[in-house]
Amino acid sequence: MSNNQQIIISGLGGQGVLFITKLLAGAAMAGNYRVMTSETHGMAQRGGNVISYLKIGDFSGPLIRPGKADGLIALKEESFHHHSYFLKPRGVGVVNSPAMPEAPGFQVYSGDAESLALEAGSPQSVNVVMLGFFTAAMEKRTDIISMDCLAEVIQEKFRGKEKITTGILDLLESGYRLYKKGRS
Amino acid sequence: MTEQRLMLGNEALAYGLLKSGCQMAIAYPGTPSSEILSSFVSLKKEMDIPVHAQWAVNEKVAFETAYAGAQAGLRTAVAMKQVGLNVAADPLMSAVYLGVKGGFIVISADDPGPHSSQTEQDSRLMALMAKMPVLDPDSPVQAGEMAGLAYELSETFEIPVMVRPTTRVCHSRQSLDLPGIRFEPREAAFEKNPARWAATPKFRLKLHKDLEEKLAGIAEYEPTAPVLVAGDPARSGKAIVVSGVAAANARDVVKDMGLDIPVFQVIQPYPLHTKFIEKMEAYKQILILEETTGVLEMQFRDRSRVQGKESGYVSRTGELLPEDIEDLISRFSGKEYTRPQLPDIPGRRPTLCAGCPHRASFFAIKKAAPKGIYTSDIGCYTLGMNLGAVDTVLCMGAGISQAAGFTLAYANNKKKPPVVSTIGDSTFFHSGIPALVETVVRKIPFVLVILDNRTTAMTGHQPTPASGFDASGEPGASVSIEKIVEGCGVGFCKEGNPNDLPRFISLLKEALAFCKEKGPAVVISRYPCLLNMDRAALKETYTKVRVDPDSCDGCGYCVNHFECPALSLDPEGERVILDPGLCSGCGVCSFVCPKGSLVREEQEDV
Repeated sequence: MSNNQQIIISGLGGQGVLFITKLLAGAAMAGNYRVMTSETHGMAQRGGNVISYLKIGDFSGPLIRPGKADGLIALKEESFHHHSYFLKPRGVGVVNSPAMPEAPGFQVYSGDAESLALEAGSPQSVNVVMLGFFTAAMEKRTDIISMDCLAEVIQEKFRGKEKITTGILDLLESGYRLYKKGRS
Repeated sequence: MTEQRLMLGNEALAYGLLKSGCQMAIAYPGTPSSEILSSFVSLKKEMDIPVHAQWAVNEKVAFETAYAGAQAGLRTAVAMKQVGLNVAADPLMSAVYLGVKGGFIVISADDPGPHSSQTEQDSRLMALMAKMPVLDPDSPVQAGEMAGLAYELSETFEIPVMVRPTTRVCHSRQSLDLPGIRFEPREAAFEKNPARWAATPKFRLKLHKDLEEKLAGIAEYEPTAPVLVAGDPARSGKAIVVSGVAAANARDVVKDMGLDIPVFQVIQPYPLHTKFIEKMEAYKQILILEETTGVLEMQFRDRSRVQGKESGYVSRTGELLPEDIEDLISRFSGKEYTRPQLPDIPGRRPTLCAGCPHRASFFAIKKAAPKGIYTSDIGCYTLGMNLGAVDTVLCMGAGISQAAGFTLAYANNKKKPPVVSTIGDSTFFHSGIPALVETVVRKIPFVLVILDNRTTAMTGHQPTPASGFDASGEPGASVSIEKIVEGCGVGFCKEGNPNDLPRFISLLKEALAFCKEKGPAVVISRYPCLLNMDRAALKETYTKVRVDPDSCDGCGYCVNHFECPALSLDPEGERVILDPGLCSGCGVCSFVCPKGSLVREEQEDV
């Protein structure tokens, strides 16, 4: 297991790329890791391709070089095709898609987060479902990110807002189970 | 107790300002600088520090107001994006001659790429032109520390100091320590000295001479001197000089490659330290990595040893990505590097949100003046170009002057196209007013549509002078756009709701008829930005629309000409699909479909 992790989160403006980047960063910080992120603001946020970089550990620069990312969360299938070049060989890509995208050389897992979010009555929460899915996929590769520490970050962030907290945790859990179900 | 927090570069800058005793911070929003002032507000509230924060009407006003505070001996700051500094260039050039009493920081955020700007201009060149020192942070942590350094420098030499972060500093987050702040306010104490503060040209020459002396001193100032960040300085031959975020990326690359070439980081790109320039003569080959222009490079005495932006070794355009830096350092150190192949997939273009009132305004403009020339401006509504309703975008406020220019240019043509200009409420206040005055004087036959969504939307919903509250959310006076328009002498000024599309089109036609004979006509298109509306208000106005499967033949008119993200053609191209997850319920599309296939449910009830 490596203590340095470089993760790409990719989606479209409005999908909440920033939100899950911050949750992941918070989880790493809770484990006393140094964290850097870089994000998209301004015009591209209006529905364009949006990318966040998350670097955990000993780094100076905020961006990730192509072929260096340990993980990639793609909130749309097109986001995966856009940004899979960031993944290192055998890097882990998780994709919100009912179908499995072709990506030789990487370890790619897909799940239909959209349907789960819709079922939960929260169609805009694909991001949180995919975060749970990703956490499950990374479980055996790093202990920086875990469901427990994510839950703590979420509880802290929405303290006093029980209903919101439970809603987010349920979505996160549903994504985690979606990964497990696909591989059991 | 010291707390660790994940902070945006802009937040770190704001924290640094507060920690260093900044008592007045004033800004005009612009990506990537906008969060500096909003963070200053939230941190001052959180830490209960009674200092002044203000969104000014434009960068020039922001600069001059904050500068006066520094003339009165307080520590103050002004923040803007790089093109905003163009607007504030006039006071900037003069203020550097006059100097300051209290520390004065000018933050100008650059946008190499560019990600959200008209140009890739390098604010450090503006500093060079103004003859003021500039500091170049490499990360949020360094940006936070730089405020204190800049204030010390500013007060030691009585000179404004520029801090120039770039997008990757502003919009990166880093975990950093957040010790509490002990606030020790100064009292304003303006010392009258007209020979300095109101200097006539004769005295300006003396001030210019003084400024040159200050610069010579700043080029010797130890706290901002370049530092060795990697490698062995005694190793002869090659050296790498880095600045800004390129420095952070270069440190990672050099570490990964295990190089021992000395790497020097420049904190103060201008004036470059005299001793450093001398020291670098010891190296035969020097690689300089900086964004966006070769400002460091220009200051080297023997340029034949230097490889950088000006020599053409480093690309003069675009952002210096870490892979570019790896490529350049590999080449410079004689190592192999294969550039990764990137997929060539067209990205999604940004688009106006579903339900955005601007979309309705643009559709109406195309209907009312189908053969018009459409001049526009800077803001979310620049995206009206997707709808074919924005032909020109130059800079803040230019759409109105360009409308005048186009009508004048066509004066001798037989056919004169109607000219319709669009400008947002905040941009109108920022720099639209003088241009409007000019069109009244010249009786320019054009229609100005002021897209009043009650906020500065693109940069994150900062208040405008019409909002009636200030940066801290405190109530303030509200300035009426109508009264300004009427006060300028415009003979036609009417308000309309763009979502009431048929009526809004009629209003535009009325304005077009008026302007032909009587000069400029103004239509205020008034509807709040949906992102800024509360959910209850949104729910109240929600209009459910459905696609009538019998009459929709998939002609694609709505998809192509209205371009709402909630509307798309089904994969077979036979019918339009309305995505209920994206639809905001504005109901405007029901007026758009030529076949009446987008049906309002309320219509069916009747």
